Amino acid sequence: MSTPNKISFLAPIKNWLLRNHIWVFFLVVFGAFSLASPYFLTVNNLSNVLTQSAFIGILAIGMTLVMINGEIDLSVGAVLALASALAIGLQDSIGVWPAVFCGLLSGVALGALNGTIIALSGIHSFIVTLGALIGVRGLVFIYTGEDALMVSDFSYTEYPEIYLGPLSITAMIFLGLAFLFQWILTSTRHGREAYSVGDNIEAAHDAGINVKRNKIINFTICGGLAAVAGILLSMRLGTAEPNAGKIWELWTIIAVVLGGVRLTGGYGTLWMTIGGVLTLAVMRNGLRLLSTPNYVELMVMGAVLIMALLLDHFLSGISRKKTS
Amino acid sequence: MFKQDMTALLRRHGLLFAFGIFLAGVALTTDTFLTVGNFLDVIRQVSITGMIAIGVTFVVITGRFDLSVGSMLTFLTVIVVDQHNVSGPFMAIIYVMIGGIVIGAINGLLIGFIGLNALIVTLAMLSFLQGLTLFYSGGANVNVQNAQNTWFAFFGRADLFGIPVPALIFILTAIVASFVLTRTTFGRQIFAVGGNETASKFSGIDTRKTIFFAYILSGLTTALAAIIMGSRVMGAQNTIGQGYELTVLAGIILGGTSLLGGSGGIWRTILGITMLGFIQNGLLLLGYPYYVQWLVTWVVIILAVWIDLGAKRGKVFA
Repeated sequence: MSTPNKISFLAPIKNWLLRNHIWVFFLVVFGAFSLASPYFLTVNNLSNVLTQSAFIGILAIGMTLVMINGEIDLSVGAVLALASALAIGLQDSIGVWPAVFCGLLSGVALGALNGTIIALSGIHSFIVTLGALIGVRGLVFIYTGEDALMVSDFSYTEYPEIYLGPLSITAMIFLGLAFLFQWILTSTRHGREAYSVGDNIEAAHDAGINVKRNKIINFTICGGLAAVAGILLSMRLGTAEPNAGKIWELWTIIAVVLGGVRLTGGYGTLWMTIGGVLTLAVMRNGLRLLSTPNYVELMVMGAVLIMALLLDHFLSGISRKKTS
Repeated sequence: MFKQDMTALLRRHGLLFAFGIFLAGVALTTDTFLTVGNFLDVIRQVSITGMIAIGVTFVVITGRFDLSVGSMLTFLTVIVVDQHNVSGPFMAIIYVMIGGIVIGAINGLLIGFIGLNALIVTLAMLSFLQGLTLFYSGGANVNVQNAQNTWFAFFGRADLFGIPVPALIFILTAIVASFVLTRTTFGRQIFAVGGNETASKFSGIDTRKTIFFAYILSGLTTALAAIIMGSRVMGAQNTIGQGYELTVLAGIILGGTSLLGGSGGIWRTILGITMLGFIQNGLLLLGYPYYVQWLVTWVVIILAVWIDLGAKRGKVFA
């Protein structure tokens, strides 16, 4: 009598672990660095990690939505740079908050443009956003003229200095957005539709879902969130470099995939993404605390990503065998 | 009847016409564009991107990506320049060729044989190779010490029959690659795998091996490009190949090779890469800063693919 009970009790946990293995991995990495460095497990350091992870994290939220749709957005790094350049560059002429609003608007507009082109033309999002990645970076350079823009009024850099205990406002915005969009994914019509579009686009279309609108909305959100990350970055740095956010789209994709979200679409949650983002951030931070040179970090990241992919490959192989 | 033919022609080759108009415009407004020297310059410039693009075309036709070629170019260029000082030009070239093949083989193993996602594997490789480059060079720039008297300069700097050697290597590689792709079993298998992987598996093609060798080719042509690059610059920074993967993909897409796999060709890739080269050259001659070409590339890529897709499906919107 006790055995079947035990199975039914353990099964959901096992299932959850199979889906969210990133958190197990996170705990392992976290534990290892806690033992390896005395500076790691301090409130100050962890608060820093969370703040640093917020930028890639906010990009990753949008990327997750797009990936659930079965698409990809390579332009987030460039959109981030444009928003941060506009937020700083326009301040002197139109004031701080209008400038921030313009930066935000640029992200929303570029996201909507990407989504609209993808939906109307039927070109794969990889191509459309690869074009945007190259082109938007061109826009950034045209606007800044190759030089970094700097704020003239440094009170701008004090906005992110709001803390709730150890939590910075930047980290709070990241976590708040993650909760908000997880709620949207699980509890709204748009969220449910996003999964069905990614899972089977023909079936979704036949079921009466407006597939194009769903994608356009998700790309717009993705662009808008990239702009949010860019503005937060400009507040933190006080400058906007034309090369800001370069290859951040790769780090974002790495974080999201590390979390277990599938590139094929229809699968993934923001819990996975947060797991991936935090694991990446903890690894970067921990390696730096151990004063490993920069190249080790890059090599470890590459190796870990391959390992995560292998793990996911074999785990999904196991679960596939079980169901069949 | 004639009018119908004309619209069909415009639809199919509209982009080429637009490109022709652009070239004519540049030629009319600048004196330097329409000179033999300028053309040879453009060809010399596109030869490095073009070499890489030839290998990547094989990968793309199988329906996969190789985003690692940019940092592979950096890594191999640093190796070839540094080993030139340590073990001489001949051994440096051998090492780099082996390096390219090994990196391609690792990509091919993970993607072809284990079946991992190509995008992520090559992204991981990109990051890994960046680290490996910094590890090897220690972050410093490397230079060829006796740049004045080494036969290594032949690959990047010399002319043969009035044509730059890199361009000759590029054209020769293109001819060989085109032959392999269209006239050999391996080439047909590449198309088959990209067209329908399941069907090709059932018809007896070892799809895993085909993908594996496509990545090896991509590594090999990148190694050749690294030799040209090292020979032309006679030195290497740790960022020398950054962003090349994007230019290469842009050129391949512009040429009309589908990223979904199963269609494409070497000549298409060369067309795309050369168009990008002339756009860049033309815009610079017209006096625009270099980053304006990025904006133009964006517009051109979207238009090119959209026109191509629209013509195939017979209507503009999906």
